[in-house]
Amino acid sequence: MAMAERVRSFTEVLLSVENISLSFGGVKALTDISFDIRKGEIRAIIGPNGAGKSSMLNCINGFYHPQQGAITYKGVRRSRMRPHEAAEQGIARTFQNIALFKGMSTLDNIMTGRNLRMKTGLFWQALHFGPARREEIEHRKAVEEIIDFLEIQHIRKVPVGRLPYGLQKRVELGRALAAQPELLLLDEPMAGMNIEEKQDMCRFILDVNDEFGTTICLIEHDMGVVMDISDRVVVLDYGKKIGDGVPDAVKSDQAVIDAYLGVSH
Amino acid sequence: MTVERAIARTEPRDTFPKLLAELAQTRGDRPAYREKEYGIWQTYDWAHVAAQVRLLAAGLADLGFRRGDRLIVAGDNRPSLYWSMCAAQSLGGVPVPVYQDSVADELAYVVEHAGARYALAEDQEQVDKLLEIQKKVPSLQTILYNDPRGLRHYDGLLSYADVQARGERLLAAAPDTVSAEVAQGKGSDDAIMLYTSGTTGRPKGAVLSYDNLVWAAEAGAAFDGLKAGDELLSYLPMAWVGDHIFSYAQGYVVGLVVNCPESASTVMTDLREIGPTYYFAPPRVLENLITQVTIRMEDAGLIKRRLFQFFMGVARRVGPALLDGRSVSIGDRLLYGLGSLLIYGPLKNTLGMSRVRVAYTAGEAVGPEIFNFYRALGVNMKQLYGQTEASVFVTIHPNGEVFPETVGKPVSKVELKIAESGEVLYRSPGVFKEYFKNPEATNDAKTADGWVHTGDAGYLDERGHLRIIDRAKDVGKLNDGALFAPKYIENKLKFFPHINEAVAFGDGRDFVAAFVNIDMIAVGDWAERRNIAYASYQELAARPEVYDLIQDEIEQVNRDLAADPRMAGAQIRRFLILHKALDADDGELTRTNKVRRGFIGERYRTLVDALYGTAGSAHIGVDVTFEDGRKGRIEGDVALRDLAPHPTLRKAG
Repeated sequence: MAMAERVRSFTEVLLSVENISLSFGGVKALTDISFDIRKGEIRAIIGPNGAGKSSMLNCINGFYHPQQGAITYKGVRRSRMRPHEAAEQGIARTFQNIALFKGMSTLDNIMTGRNLRMKTGLFWQALHFGPARREEIEHRKAVEEIIDFLEIQHIRKVPVGRLPYGLQKRVELGRALAAQPELLLLDEPMAGMNIEEKQDMCRFILDVNDEFGTTICLIEHDMGVVMDISDRVVVLDYGKKIGDGVPDAVKSDQAVIDAYLGVSH
Repeated sequence: MTVERAIARTEPRDTFPKLLAELAQTRGDRPAYREKEYGIWQTYDWAHVAAQVRLLAAGLADLGFRRGDRLIVAGDNRPSLYWSMCAAQSLGGVPVPVYQDSVADELAYVVEHAGARYALAEDQEQVDKLLEIQKKVPSLQTILYNDPRGLRHYDGLLSYADVQARGERLLAAAPDTVSAEVAQGKGSDDAIMLYTSGTTGRPKGAVLSYDNLVWAAEAGAAFDGLKAGDELLSYLPMAWVGDHIFSYAQGYVVGLVVNCPESASTVMTDLREIGPTYYFAPPRVLENLITQVTIRMEDAGLIKRRLFQFFMGVARRVGPALLDGRSVSIGDRLLYGLGSLLIYGPLKNTLGMSRVRVAYTAGEAVGPEIFNFYRALGVNMKQLYGQTEASVFVTIHPNGEVFPETVGKPVSKVELKIAESGEVLYRSPGVFKEYFKNPEATNDAKTADGWVHTGDAGYLDERGHLRIIDRAKDVGKLNDGALFAPKYIENKLKFFPHINEAVAFGDGRDFVAAFVNIDMIAVGDWAERRNIAYASYQELAARPEVYDLIQDEIEQVNRDLAADPRMAGAQIRRFLILHKALDADDGELTRTNKVRRGFIGERYRTLVDALYGTAGSAHIGVDVTFEDGRKGRIEGDVALRDLAPHPTLRKAG
């Protein structure tokens, strides 16, 4: 793929994580993790099962509050941020287990991603008149552009619950994109997909990054995919950071190889 | 515009750019093309089309596109791609639309053979292919693209908009650049080159002139009374002659409204939204629609199902007679009327056929059951027999004379004759000029006095209708001398919804044996209802229950064959269900989805040998090409089944 061959470098830090530690009771999920995400890059977090990848993502978007450490996002340093604040600040995400409204159509699901950008109040929206109507048309246009972008025109009006898994994942990505995020967090976007679906998803992730300039942080199991599409990779194992760098460097790192091959600790 | 106005009045209507100028005059504000974009149907009128074509033509001229240059057009049916063909023709160039799903190797042959210097790609997918081809075929100079998505980091390409902007600048300096070229065009010029997919050998580039196409468009329109403003949905490949005649030639000659679907997967929805008045579908599409309807009806409640069965019975009896204008009793008329209200109307609406006045099917034989289903609903479905080399039209069913077993009567000015070998020959004003750079093939296909060999065996029946039996070269004999017409048998098999493709063997053998490809949707649904578990196509195809199902259907075919003394010897005695679907990417089907029997015989030689051997199963491994071009291998054991022949039925008395 032409994209992966390009050597890209990024300098401006969008988000940095400093010495984060998170524990649930006696279980230490994350221990003293630090890394940064630079503006415009595709950053991957990898690691074996239970390494703390999802916990890390949940800290970034404010769902979990780490006991120690701080997160600096767009130059503002804070120790805790609530999810809706994260969303307002331009962080959107998808989930490992799809979290869509199963009974609603693809179109409506993606429309919910526009929610934060809607300004008219409940009153006007209920009447569907005047400013609310104008606003809806404007948002619908944005949503239609996403539908076109993700090539899901044929399921525009199909209830999401009836769609196959790969397409549901794509709808979820669509909803995250609808918020026009600056930082997009993808939790295992390719889990459970077949090769063809994975390739499609890879292309969409690269296209999102390329067309909209969105910074992407993703968690993924499939090493091949990760190495192909990310600019830099963080490796976690048992809640600790054991590697960080460009894919080629990470691939040849002994600690990473051990973690994946399962050396006894 | 003044120059173009002058052309419209004084020049004959013999090329598409001239016809476009006239349409922009007479129907300037009427819809010409529609496409669905961002969920909304965008309509372009004829004046807009003329302006767009003019800008693009000027831009091409600025890029050095000259009379006789060839423009490769690669992509789905999009208004802008249709316009690009007219733009090339405005400058005296020849567009070469190509199958959008062909792989780079196939396309490379066409690009090189056509000697094209210019290509227009719809999107990144096509651009990638063309760039790969450019490395091997350096004569391909300029690649233009329509949809910029994903192409930001590509160098050396020009967008459609860039070209039009160049055109605008050129026209500002020299306003009659395009119109002067248009005026030079004449009817005998090459209008288009269409590469025929061909069941054997390399594709051949059939060259059709404006005279060919304009005649065909007019003859077809006159035969079925098409009029300006008739709507159609363009969803079949632009490289296929049918689409070129229906969506392009007839578009300009008649003034049709050409609707382009949003994407290949939204065709059904788009069809319903547009409600075309003029419709074409190859048999396999018609079959798929019925399969879907049948599956949905099986899911419906008891009352609905009963209603459907009852009224479809009425429709089968009464519908075709009503369409043909034969006499029908008052009672039946009332019942049919009630059926229209309850069943046929809503069903036609769901199928997008509420407004259809004329519908054609062609390309392959269509099952009488399938054909009559649509006629029973009141859709004026007809068969058409045609070829690229004929500019499509050879025969069509006239209104009131629609018989499923024939392909109709010759269109006006078409002459037919049957050679001694049984091969059908025709001559018409639509007969192609030549195969590009292939005089040998041209001479093989076309006699000096203009008769074209169709390669099909057939005969004219007592009503003057043409009946096609099989490909002339495929008709063979079994060792005991019985007639063996493979396609005739395959078609009978394919008429069952559970069978998607079939390949029959028998020429020079002791008996007839067949490969069967199951229809994944229909058989999958059948299996689900019976709690038969399967994880893949291969597993489903190997289930003994599925073998039983297919065996029943083959028995029915054998019973049919036994009833016809000419065919009774060619009953299927052994069959197997293939472990993979036949696919054009593996070369097993042509791009128009016709079975390449010889190739399949070679590729699955071990299976063919096994059919004529004694073992009860065979092991097979074949290399396959995935959609993204990667190669893989599918292996497995395939079971074989024997069938007892039916006794030849003797007619009573």
